[in-house]
Amino acid sequence: MSTLISVNNLKKHYNKGAIKALDGVTVDINKGDVMVVIGPSGSGKSTFLRSLNLLEEPTDGDIIFNGVDITKKKSVVTKADGTKVKTKVNIDKHRQKMGMVFQHFNLFPHKTIMDNMTLAPIQVKHMKKDEAEAKAMKLLERVGLADRANAYPIQLSGGQKQRIAIVRALMMEPEVMLFDEPTSALDPEMVGEVLEVMKELAEDGMTMVVVTHEMGFAKEVGNRVLFMADGKLMEEGSPDQLFNNPQCDRLKDFLSKVLI
Amino acid sequence: MLSAQGFAATFKYLSMFRDGLICTISLSALTVLFGFILALILAMIRLSNFNVFRFLSTYSQRKLLQRGGFVLALSRFNPLSFFANVYVEVFRATPLLVQLFIIYYIVFAGADLPNFKLFGFIRFDRFLPGVVALSLNSGAYLSEIIRSGIQSIDGGQTEAARSLGMSQLQNMRFIILPQAIKNILPAIANEFVTIIKESSICYTIGVQEIMYAVASVKGATFSIAEPLVIATCVYFCLTFPTSKIIAHFERKMSAGDKRNGAEATNKKRERKAKMTKV
Repeated sequence: MSTLISVNNLKKHYNKGAIKALDGVTVDINKGDVMVVIGPSGSGKSTFLRSLNLLEEPTDGDIIFNGVDITKKKSVVTKADGTKVKTKVNIDKHRQKMGMVFQHFNLFPHKTIMDNMTLAPIQVKHMKKDEAEAKAMKLLERVGLADRANAYPIQLSGGQKQRIAIVRALMMEPEVMLFDEPTSALDPEMVGEVLEVMKELAEDGMTMVVVTHEMGFAKEVGNRVLFMADGKLMEEGSPDQLFNNPQCDRLKDFLSKVLI
Repeated sequence: MLSAQGFAATFKYLSMFRDGLICTISLSALTVLFGFILALILAMIRLSNFNVFRFLSTYSQRKLLQRGGFVLALSRFNPLSFFANVYVEVFRATPLLVQLFIIYYIVFAGADLPNFKLFGFIRFDRFLPGVVALSLNSGAYLSEIIRSGIQSIDGGQTEAARSLGMSQLQNMRFIILPQAIKNILPAIANEFVTIIKESSICYTIGVQEIMYAVASVKGATFSIAEPLVIATCVYFCLTFPTSKIIAHFERKMSAGDKRNGAEATNKKRERKAKMTKV
């Protein structure tokens, strides 16, 4: 399996280093991975995820995505014939390939569902309008919301909004999907429908990084689990290893609180 | 006092009021246009993070220089934003009349403005300083309104747009400004109405707007009450529809606000798409 994102000693400090949200995280994300990040609140999970597409600008460290260090303004790319070329890193280009789903959905309230989905493909990828709409309809059918194409976000339930947010990100055909606590703002009975969509996505082979408190999802769908605490990566392994045979005390303590 | 003869005498000069009306409308329309453009630029500048001395912060971080202190403050200094702030504060803190006189008697004193007449009667060399003064003044006020509108939009909207690969400019154009302008439309309506009313101050530098007509009619008929009544009516007929028209747009833009609101129809979307296609 090839590495898609390589995170190297990632640091994020606030208040001139007084608060260390991320304190040296190193991890490789491979193609096809479903990586679930768990940990107590304030452990830096979300900061880590948001750093991956530079919504948070890291204080130090590298994020190498598809061979390009996206934390730098310029990157050196080695071409096939061995020559090295210095190119400007356009973060917008890389963000297109990293879909992101937020805790609070962040749909555009002034646009219909269809416009929410087609805006970025049309404006950023210069896709034709009817082409984009046909594609959006296909995705909407996949999540069972084709009849709501002309509705506004406020007319949907939380679970529906989050499913739209997922397919909106999929419209850009990303190579990796980042989920930032996608079910934390949902009513309990709506969590299932969103997790179902995510599970299907994982089965289709999408690379995913998921920050979540849904331990059931981590066990069932994840193939790697990261445990973070105090901005550090404390333990990493398969779901089986982490949940049934935890090594560090922080993880044991955490699991005793969340697994009843 | 008001009298029938007074009105009869005043009505003989209705054409002066018509000219005044045309002048006031063109004065306000140009002010709204230039003021709004200026305000948009000012708001963007004030929200930008154009820190030219940013490179200094790395030295500070490497402890080559003392942490905190002057150098770090300088590294966070945004000169463009600073000057925009000074501009807004100065223009909001001084009377419009003073600004108008400074621009007419000092700034344009040396400028040899062409002496032609707009619509055959508006003297351009007085009209232009009026437009400039009003635009600069209303730009300062409008920029505050626009800035507050942009800042009222949840940061998650920008994050969502940027995570989809949109540039900062696309984010502003398609996501932030449409929502921001919808939120600030009542305040904008207020400012537009204020512009129409305050354009009367240009009478003092001899722009032939409605108050100029009042003064002329007064000079010709020796009655002041009747022309003032007519001027009041004319101003009201200008400002009242303005606020109504903006209220109409406010309703139109609030499509996604109501849970029980109608879903958009395909036809509506097509039309909108055609309109926004430039």
